[in-house]
Amino acid sequence: MNSFTAKNGQNGWVQQTTASLRSVLATMAVCAGLYPLVIWGLGQILTPQSAGGSLVRNGQGQIVGSALIAQAFTRPEYFWPRSSAVDYNAAAAGGSNLSPTNPELRTRAVVLVKHYGATAGAPLPADLVTASGSGLDPHITLAAARYQAARVAAARGMPLAEVEALLAKHSFRPGGALTAKPLVNVLIVNMALDGWTP
Amino acid sequence: MSLIFTALIPGLAALLAWPLGRAMTWAMAPGEKAGPWRQGAERLFEKIAGPAGVPMQTWKGYTLSLIFFNAVMFIVGFMLLALQQLLPLNPDGKGPLAPSLIFNTVASFVTNTNLQHYSGEVSMSYLSQLLGLMWLQFVSAATGIAALSALARGLAGSTLLGNFYRDLMRAAFLVLLPLAAVEAVVLVLGGVPMTFQGAAVVKTLEGAVQTIARGPVAAFVAIKQLGTNGGGFFGPNSAHPFENPSFFTNLVECVSILLIPMASVWMFGRIAGRLRHAAVIFAVMGLLLIASLGLAVHFESAPAAALAGLPVQAAGNLEGKELRFGPVAAPVWGTLTTATSNGSTNSMLDSFNPLTGLIALIGMWLNVTFGGVGVGLINMFLFIIVGVFICGMMVGRTPEYLNRKVETREMKFALLALLAHPLLILSGTALFAATAWGAATVHNTGPHGFSEILYEFTSAAANNGSDLAGLGNNTVPWNVATGMVMLLARFVPIIFPLAIAGSLAAKKPAPETVGTLRTDTLLFGVVILGSVVLIGALLFLPAAVLGPIAEQLSVR
Repeated sequence: MNSFTAKNGQNGWVQQTTASLRSVLATMAVCAGLYPLVIWGLGQILTPQSAGGSLVRNGQGQIVGSALIAQAFTRPEYFWPRSSAVDYNAAAAGGSNLSPTNPELRTRAVVLVKHYGATAGAPLPADLVTASGSGLDPHITLAAARYQAARVAAARGMPLAEVEALLAKHSFRPGGALTAKPLVNVLIVNMALDGWTP
Repeated sequence: MSLIFTALIPGLAALLAWPLGRAMTWAMAPGEKAGPWRQGAERLFEKIAGPAGVPMQTWKGYTLSLIFFNAVMFIVGFMLLALQQLLPLNPDGKGPLAPSLIFNTVASFVTNTNLQHYSGEVSMSYLSQLLGLMWLQFVSAATGIAALSALARGLAGSTLLGNFYRDLMRAAFLVLLPLAAVEAVVLVLGGVPMTFQGAAVVKTLEGAVQTIARGPVAAFVAIKQLGTNGGGFFGPNSAHPFENPSFFTNLVECVSILLIPMASVWMFGRIAGRLRHAAVIFAVMGLLLIASLGLAVHFESAPAAALAGLPVQAAGNLEGKELRFGPVAAPVWGTLTTATSNGSTNSMLDSFNPLTGLIALIGMWLNVTFGGVGVGLINMFLFIIVGVFICGMMVGRTPEYLNRKVETREMKFALLALLAHPLLILSGTALFAATAWGAATVHNTGPHGFSEILYEFTSAAANNGSDLAGLGNNTVPWNVATGMVMLLARFVPIIFPLAIAGSLAAKKPAPETVGTLRTDTLLFGVVILGSVVLIGALLFLPAAVLGPIAEQLSVR
């Protein structure tokens, strides 16, 4: 093709191939080699804890999870996280992908409503009947935690006021003034429960 | 507060886009007055590319080089993915991938689409993620910026559109790399992991074993957001807490979806020497974006219809959404990501209310609301050519655009490129909806199942990459069909516009008279808006009625 015939008589296709391969090598070395290595290095220096996945340890120094990743809680003495379509599998995350008109969404919600014992007089916070996008949402709303506080207190033989105080201490607004609803991190607050002494 | 968040994101992006447009012009069209540092970089790029990196190319030479380099990208990417089980940097021992999945994935990342029929943490080694996919995220975005620069030079009146290899390296090294580095550092500081260690296996508080996939996420997410790529490190994309751990990182990632697409408009205006014309285009795109954002946030504020009557506290639709981003972050992201052909997500789009899903579909049908890096504006150029032509016909004058006559040849090219989009989407959807290829793979029944098929083809043809993830799309028919659609939908709308630019530049300039349709006026803005809405949206109305609108009407 004459568009590729170089002026100096050399074969244009050879030049194109050389240029392409050399551009591949240069972009790959810099954008896929040097760049991630530099970011990795900075992460190791500046924020080694979160760069490794925000892993958290219990009082005995054992790693019990990641502060960013929800884990299953089913016992009454713990706060329960949001529903997970992947059963909290942090090696294959995902949502339910149920459409808002899908009857399965209702079936699942009815089960959860029963599980929490919600009634028209004490309706369930919406985050507890819906599955998160990743299936690993580490948070619930403070309202959803308070909803469970009496159960947790009873199961632990802990005064309700103490549980409430612990929740208040660990609640935060993720976007400051831009978000109205305070949240709590389920794993962190459950670890705090385990560490509580009268 | 929801309103502030919704306005904050396009506002911040628009503010940053102005200086970035200047910087991109400095990178892509340095000119004679460039400083010694910049000239040194230029000599380095020439040296890397060798003799083919020197000469200025006609539209044909430029396009051929672009296609040739993209073919090499495809081959290299394919080999890396096909051999991942033999290559290093695979701490979790990921096995081989199915051939049709490799084809689909490489087509997807070469075309800047990033449709993902796999789940990153399940299927990909760290080497595949970085050297294969992340590298393609850089060079595919750079290809888009290069193509737009070439188009702008052509419209400025030059028959020589530049040198592709130098443009590619300018875009990769001087535009994308610095921005990605800054964003990646911000994300690392915001809590995104960046490690080469394999998955962490932990014993939970209740004594169960949990395997927590991680990896070099921060570097990957930064370029995924900036280059309108959208392919996530993990299956749930930026809904995953490791890709997007907080309200703050969400804000940063959201702004960076819009940043380069917005700045591309200003770069185009500067290189073409038509800054006021660019401002008109920017305003039209901005108007479309704000309207979509408002509607999406509104539609998503209603709870899922299936929950009606249950004892649940009032809230918006929370299914498939993460709490840490705040209440409106999901529809905002969903709108931006489909307007710009980014395709990343911070929620599960399959669980969006039907009309919110329609806004996402419309964004991809139009594909010009800032659109993909570089190529969004190239799509808009096609609508402009058609709009100018129709207006010229209406007043009985030979249509002109930027002092060049628009004639039969240009119109043919523009229409071919424009009609490829609905043709690929509608014929693909019809085929898959009518056969088990599509019908047997849907996750939700009824109109929403149709929406899943329609969305998949729309996303492939718009080079967007988001999907209604319930669809079981890792099958041979889906992998092959969407792979082909992505390739056609990427290169047809790059080749024809460059051909038009070459053709226009070769014409004798037509002197501006009182009868000339000026391109920097409100009237011209209305002309573009009209062409986009009439040509772009109406073609898809019947499909919209069968999918999201029917689903909405089924709600009582």
